[in-house]
Amino acid sequence: MLRHGSRSLFNRASATSMRWRRQFSTDLPAETAEDTKFVESWKKMNPNMDPPKTPSAYMKPRPPTPANIPSKLTVNLVLPYDSVLSSKEVDMVIVPATTGQMGVLPGHVATIAELKPGILSVHEGNDVTKYFLSSGFAFVHANSVADIIAIEATPVDRLDPNLVQKGLADFQQKLNTASTDVEKAEAQIGIDVHSALNAALTG
Amino acid sequence: MSSSAAQPFWRAAGMTYVTYSNLCASLVRQCLKEPYRSEALSREKVHFNVSKWVDGKPEKPTIRTDTPE
Repeated sequence: MLRHGSRSLFNRASATSMRWRRQFSTDLPAETAEDTKFVESWKKMNPNMDPPKTPSAYMKPRPPTPANIPSKLTVNLVLPYDSVLSSKEVDMVIVPATTGQMGVLPGHVATIAELKPGILSVHEGNDVTKYFLSSGFAFVHANSVADIIAIEATPVDRLDPNLVQKGLADFQQKLNTASTDVEKAEAQIGIDVHSALNAALTG
Repeated sequence: MSSSAAQPFWRAAGMTYVTYSNLCASLVRQCLKEPYRSEALSREKVHFNVSKWVDGKPEKPTIRTDTPE
């Protein structure tokens, strides 16, 4: 059954294999010998054709983990409409993960953290820059690169305390009058976000 | 992994993460000071129309827009 398959493939694909773009051997990482058995049996059937590539062959290889812990953490803070920090070298960032404030230093273990609305503080020497994030994710990679993605990230001084207090009161009201699950969830989310905003302004 | 782990309250109420995240973002935008607030709210505007197709022909589209005509 395998022989017939390869025969029809050979007929259809032989024309395309001529035009198949050959990548320079210097570009490619060492051939990820993921499925050596498949490659060997392919070569037995069709020694003249290259084995088909799998999607993982087109992916860039994972960046290597350096042997020594780097001295700085590279941070990228990206929003859908703007990249606030782009490969910035810092000493530490504290991200507002759902499990609590998480400090990330260079050499941190690779982590994926879901974020809750809260403050991201970026520490560089003696400077601390704070941004209020509206929720998102933080990816820390093994090579000391931290990618933080959020939908909204504002410096704390752009927040209006009166609007925050008003919003908090409004949503507490809405929670009391809410009837359906969805309304209760929305009211609860409103309370969570506004109390986080409040804490950011007063803390 | 098959046991339904403790879900966040919004997922238990039927909301998806995308909806939750967008809701949080819009709440934050509404608490900004002017002029940042008006810039941010302009980011929330949407304009799209959706039409269902029946028998290979589009029906009347429903237009959802925040831009004044």
